[in-house]
Amino acid sequence: MTTDRPGFYGYRRRDGRIGTRNHVLVVPTVICSSLVAERVAAAAPPFASALPHLAGCGQLGPDMRVTHETLAAYCGHPNVGAVVVIALGCEQVVAQVLAEAARAHGKPADIVAIQSEGGTVRATEKGSAIARSFAGLLAGQEREWCDVSELVLSLKCGGSDYTSGLASNPTLGRVTDRLVELGGSAVLGEIAEIMGAEHLLASRATRPETAAQLIQIITRVEGEARALGLDIRGTQPSPGNIRGGLTTIEEKSLGATHKGGERAPLEDVVPYAARIRHKGLTVMDTPGLDVESVTGMVGGGAQVVVFTTGLGTPTGNPIAPVIKITGNARTARQMADNLDLEVSGIMNDTETLDAAADRLFAEVLAVASGKQTAAERLGHREFAIHRRNPTI
Amino acid sequence: MKAVLAISARDNVATALEALDAGRSVEANGVSVTAVERIAAGHKIALGPILTGEAVIKYGSPIGLASQDIVPGAHVHTHNVASSRGRGDLDVAIAAAEPRLAEPPDTAATTQVASEADE
Repeated sequence: MTTDRPGFYGYRRRDGRIGTRNHVLVVPTVICSSLVAERVAAAAPPFASALPHLAGCGQLGPDMRVTHETLAAYCGHPNVGAVVVIALGCEQVVAQVLAEAARAHGKPADIVAIQSEGGTVRATEKGSAIARSFAGLLAGQEREWCDVSELVLSLKCGGSDYTSGLASNPTLGRVTDRLVELGGSAVLGEIAEIMGAEHLLASRATRPETAAQLIQIITRVEGEARALGLDIRGTQPSPGNIRGGLTTIEEKSLGATHKGGERAPLEDVVPYAARIRHKGLTVMDTPGLDVESVTGMVGGGAQVVVFTTGLGTPTGNPIAPVIKITGNARTARQMADNLDLEVSGIMNDTETLDAAADRLFAEVLAVASGKQTAAERLGHREFAIHRRNPTI
Repeated sequence: MKAVLAISARDNVATALEALDAGRSVEANGVSVTAVERIAAGHKIALGPILTGEAVIKYGSPIGLASQDIVPGAHVHTHNVASSRGRGDLDVAIAAAEPRLAEPPDTAATTQVASEADE
């Protein structure tokens, strides 16, 4: 059953992808059906997970496309076993597109529309019955041994301080290098936080076009700040970052980019929430805002998120476990509730980076096999779709 | 535990791993400097003089330019360092914002953290 190679117990889906969780996803097409979706999910614990969001209508071309694509990506995600779409009836997002996205990946899916069902109460009742019946199906599915190369790891940092660049990000970087050497995948987002460190990643691109793409999106983000006539320093680094000792975006980026390892080849650059197609390291075009960034990388297919933090942060995700790791001993005490792993020993020479990376790698595999993270225990399930334009 | 940590041999600043009072002498990258003011844990101390417009180097790469002359032992932070990236408020020369592809990657950077942490 098990081999010498590391692995985890996951859910093998009909499309061949591997899930680390087995959710009934209750997805509202639009903000107007979000509350019904939450009530439907609450009726089918512990399987059901709602995806409440603020989008789905009043959005122009590119934003509407990203909303559709992100919701569809979650419906097809390997951590999802079945989908209930909660529609209103008059919105832009098409419920059938989301249900089809699930079915195309071999997952059962059904639609409940509030207007045609006759209101909140009836829609909630019907949706709850469907969610409970899907949960019954999922309860019969079992985890099986999967090779570590099936893993797509999302690399994230937030609430960074000086310990992030010295301890937690280099620890995660070693895990990234190890995972990629074993044939796995990792995805790095937050373009603004690569700004100033792009030369390090570009030099690891396997194709010149990939390096050029990376430079192009970084130049675009920088150009956006310039076009607004604004100083990116108002948000990057954040006020908390600055109190923590980080001075400039370049410094933050150089520390943050350690998450991507030192050796892992940069194989691809993809748009927000787009499917991660390659083994090795992928950069995704996401904003720096934590929840939007994690939402996009999980949409791309990441089944586990590792989130490094200096000051501590609660962010979770509705379908993917988010592992929190800090190198700050004070934060580890102060925010113990929210944290899974402490690597502050690196700061005072009581633990080596390699030893810390061993612990994190083992934690990633344990979580992939079903171990609950702090964010899951606390019910943190933040979800936000990136938008670039005003709502009309 | 050492008081300050320089990550790359190229760095002209080191990170204080504990709060440094004025007058405290620390050593990094083979140079000894005395803090000229209080420097909080996690903040940076100048290892040598950095003149206005010169690059402040951490992780072996520039993290910004000195916005005023910085003396050895000074606290190096937002009051005396300016980012040169994403600055729509300045009419930043395109050249300054141009990605520095030509610059060699500092592969020693994280390895250095490792070897120092392994000590």
